[in-house]
Amino acid sequence: MLAVDMTGDAVKAKNGSMVAYDGQMAFKKMSGGGEGIRGMVTRRLTGEQMTVMEVKGHGTCWFADRASEINLVNLQGDKLYVESSNLLATDAGLRTGTSFTGMRGASQGNGLFTTTVEGHGQAAIMSDGPAVVLRVSSQYPLTVDPGAYVAHQGNLRQSFQSGVTFRTLMGEGGGEAFQIRFEGDGLVYVQPSERNTIAGDV
Amino acid sequence: MSPYGTPGGYGAPAGPTVFDPATLPSDDNVNAYTFCVELKGSQWFLQKGKMIAYYGSMEFNGVGHGRLDRLVRTSFHSPLHASDWVVAEGSGKMLLADRAFDVNSYDLEDGNLTIRSGNLLAFQPTLALKQSIVPGFLTLIGTGKFVAASNGPVVFMEPPIRVDPQALVGWADCPSPCHHYDHGYMTGVMGGLRALTGLGGASGEEHQFEFVGAGTVLLQSTETLMAEQATGAVPPDAGVPGSGGTHTGPSQAAGTPRLPGQLGDLQRRFGL
Repeated sequence: MLAVDMTGDAVKAKNGSMVAYDGQMAFKKMSGGGEGIRGMVTRRLTGEQMTVMEVKGHGTCWFADRASEINLVNLQGDKLYVESSNLLATDAGLRTGTSFTGMRGASQGNGLFTTTVEGHGQAAIMSDGPAVVLRVSSQYPLTVDPGAYVAHQGNLRQSFQSGVTFRTLMGEGGGEAFQIRFEGDGLVYVQPSERNTIAGDV
Repeated sequence: MSPYGTPGGYGAPAGPTVFDPATLPSDDNVNAYTFCVELKGSQWFLQKGKMIAYYGSMEFNGVGHGRLDRLVRTSFHSPLHASDWVVAEGSGKMLLADRAFDVNSYDLEDGNLTIRSGNLLAFQPTLALKQSIVPGFLTLIGTGKFVAASNGPVVFMEPPIRVDPQALVGWADCPSPCHHYDHGYMTGVMGGLRALTGLGGASGEEHQFEFVGAGTVLLQSTETLMAEQATGAVPPDAGVPGSGGTHTGPSQAAGTPRLPGQLGDLQRRFGL
């Protein structure tokens, strides 16, 4: 559950995620994630649709979604990459957009595109179980299972690793045939649970 | 120095703890749901697909991998599980988790522990994994660490104790796991009908597992079972429970499979 205190300012949140509020609140549906017509068309095309509402007012508003764990991320001018299904709420000042993820998205079963959040402020992301935040720096690259990946922020290069060999085809694979490797500087959020991915069984 | 380089410099003060290889615990829990294993050229057995992330260089190979033959020969005695297990080797730190369930590690010292097959996540090769005589359970023998998942925190109990079948995770050193039925309540035609249909008030707790003797019983704090991991079939030899091999008694001859918790068929109640 996420509690947001507001004094006349606004937050963007996933449609229908408000569970309670006190004080004065106004809920406004924003079509196309508040990115205008171009953003809306992009989201349609990329399959990263999200329906967002703008909550504005004075008081406290509580958000929650399917009892999943909520993690707060502070953004100071950098970019957060998160699946639209894992994004719960952002400060109104943060810009959202879509970006291409390539093979990583494909291996997660989440499509080839992901949502980016940019600017200064806080965003709330959801995960199945509390997310573990792992730091990536130049001497410590990190390898992540696509099913457990939730989000990442900072200046990271991601590369897709495949351990598919003839043994995988024989049904004797290592069970971790697809991995994402992060290099650079930033933070990666992983959840203690794995989504069902095509890679899950190989 | 990058903004991510200073601990707490990012997301502070209210932000979450950020881990890197230096701050991750070694062979201990990161939080209640995530366990960190440190590999230094060593090996760990783990269930397929339970690794969520790792630092360093590691290799994951199926148990059927030829190079692992010797290791498998000494510490993996469930050939029928082989396709569910992999061996991780290399150096670095690896995070394990399972469907956001609680995970815990346990140390065995020259001991034995039997655990429901779906609950076992990973173990050190110094332990030997064997299939238990009790179907659906695995036994670990030897000295070493293993990691198990449970739905809710695990509670340790001392026998003598009777436990609910759904809450049982495993047991250590107990020589006598057996079924217990509240017979007084369930005998007779009416009792049988009650148990079968639930009419007239079956409490749902007429059947328990009973443990006596010295040892420890592990319970999870929910009655929601974790998904059963296929344990393979036992060889169809005479005298092997659950093998469906040679029938050894007249009671098995009835043919129809019996539901768990059911005492016996009506013929037996009437002594036929």
